Amino acid sequence: MTMAAERTAIPSPPGAIAPTESLSRPLIQIEDVSLTYGRGEREVQALSRTSLDVPNGDFVALVGPSGCGKSTILKIVAQLLSPSEGHVFVVGREIGAVAIRIGMAFQNPTLLPWLSIRDNVMLPLKISQPFRRDWRRKKNGEYRDRAEALLAKVGLSGFAGHYPWQLSGGMQQRASLCRALVHEPTLLLLDEPFGALDQFTREELWDVLQALWMEQKPTVLLVTHDLRESAYLANRIVVMSARPGRIIVDERVDYARPRSIETTFRPDFVELNHRLRSLIFEARAAGPGAVPAGAAA
Amino acid sequence: MKNTERFASTALIVGFFLVWELACIAFGISEIVLPRPSQILMTLIERWPALVPHTVQTLYTTLVGFALGVGIGVVIGMIIGSSRVAYNVAFPLLVGLSSIPKVAVVPIFVLWFGAGTVPAVLTAVVISIFPVVVNVATGLATTEPELEDVLRTLRASRTDILFNVGLPRAMPYFFASLKVAVTLAFVGSVIAETVAGNRGIGNMMLIASANFNVPLTFAGLFILAAMGIGLYLIFAAIEKRVTGWANRKAELAMG
Repeated sequence: MTMAAERTAIPSPPGAIAPTESLSRPLIQIEDVSLTYGRGEREVQALSRTSLDVPNGDFVALVGPSGCGKSTILKIVAQLLSPSEGHVFVVGREIGAVAIRIGMAFQNPTLLPWLSIRDNVMLPLKISQPFRRDWRRKKNGEYRDRAEALLAKVGLSGFAGHYPWQLSGGMQQRASLCRALVHEPTLLLLDEPFGALDQFTREELWDVLQALWMEQKPTVLLVTHDLRESAYLANRIVVMSARPGRIIVDERVDYARPRSIETTFRPDFVELNHRLRSLIFEARAAGPGAVPAGAAA
Repeated sequence: MKNTERFASTALIVGFFLVWELACIAFGISEIVLPRPSQILMTLIERWPALVPHTVQTLYTTLVGFALGVGIGVVIGMIIGSSRVAYNVAFPLLVGLSSIPKVAVVPIFVLWFGAGTVPAVLTAVVISIFPVVVNVATGLATTEPELEDVLRTLRASRTDILFNVGLPRAMPYFFASLKVAVTLAFVGSVIAETVAGNRGIGNMMLIASANFNVPLTFAGLFILAAMGIGLYLIFAAIEKRVTGWANRKAELAMG
């Protein structure tokens, strides 16, 4: 309830979730979703009858070996892919029927090279409602300030006017996080956003993301293959088996926030990582995906 | 370009004309065969008042043809580049049409519209369409799907994606094609003027050569070169301003 109160700063778009609805239903319900790529001999089943509920305000990490379909789930929720079977519901209604604001960051920063960092961050305000209708009026005022304030929070205050190629990979990824959050999305989808970065930059960005999340409290689905990352950032870890992906572990993580690198050295943190690792290893060796896991590599 | 390179390329151009001039004198080459650059320049100055209308005519047909060609080319390029299917279906026909030597269509245009300005403009149109179509279509069709996904997660429409990702992404391709198209447009209009014109530099050169006025023929060549270089430079300058992001400089990037 307090979360809902905090998030009233922005006017809700038409068709937005009524507060009572958001309490009674999980934000995202994935029910028996399967997805098959290709046809005939080349048919690949990426997902097989997967179900997952994501309550409002939760921070869920999807972990699993590569090719297990965790990114596929994210793309289905983002409506970049349609499931072959099954349903996805957003606050109880079929996906597509409800307009929720989505922010997404990918493994590559995917900044538009012809726009300055500032204009890249402002892109969601230009495209998505309700910001779009005021774009012309506010792009040189309120929206610009908002983008620059967010850039300052991730340590990019002097770089608003730079072009993406003038920034390092880590800095581009910071800007990409800003772009995913500038329109204060209800749902934040992160597809291995730190996967291509070095260890130190990655750990720095965990803190950046944690701070932004604690401030805005969007519902988050984070896809990663880094167990430490998932345990550090998420409230809940969902482990998937190798292809075709099934959910084999669903575990809550209750460390107090803000978490710090010190948290990762606590015995129970190390023990959790250890346990999840062996579960993934077992699933790989014994599960139906035992052969495909090797073949997919 | 570095200063030394700039100097060297200027020296090369000056040297080229110098060698030409000196070779003509040394080997006693008659002006009927190959006039000296200085003779050509003199002719250019002496006959300038008579040359102006021809120059204006050629520039006019070229620019009108180029503008129409680019306009049509962009529209066709956008249609073909907007979908993978359209691109694959239309490309063979496009390659076929573009490989026709454009000189061959001049007689047809003359047949339809008579000699004069119209065939010259139309030839410039046909010749400048193809590079624009192919480049705009390629620029759109090779847009990274990841960049489109960014927009799609924001529930952007197809038009939003076209205007915010596709077209800006295709801009460097478009400008590269403009530089090619504008020089080709000159080829088109001069060919038409030579085959079936009553005015223009091409027509003037034909008549001059028939009268064995070789320096005047070469003067026409110089005018064409000057106009071609001028227009190329204008479009190169616009390109640099608009699509500077595509020519990223490594020394500005940070580690």
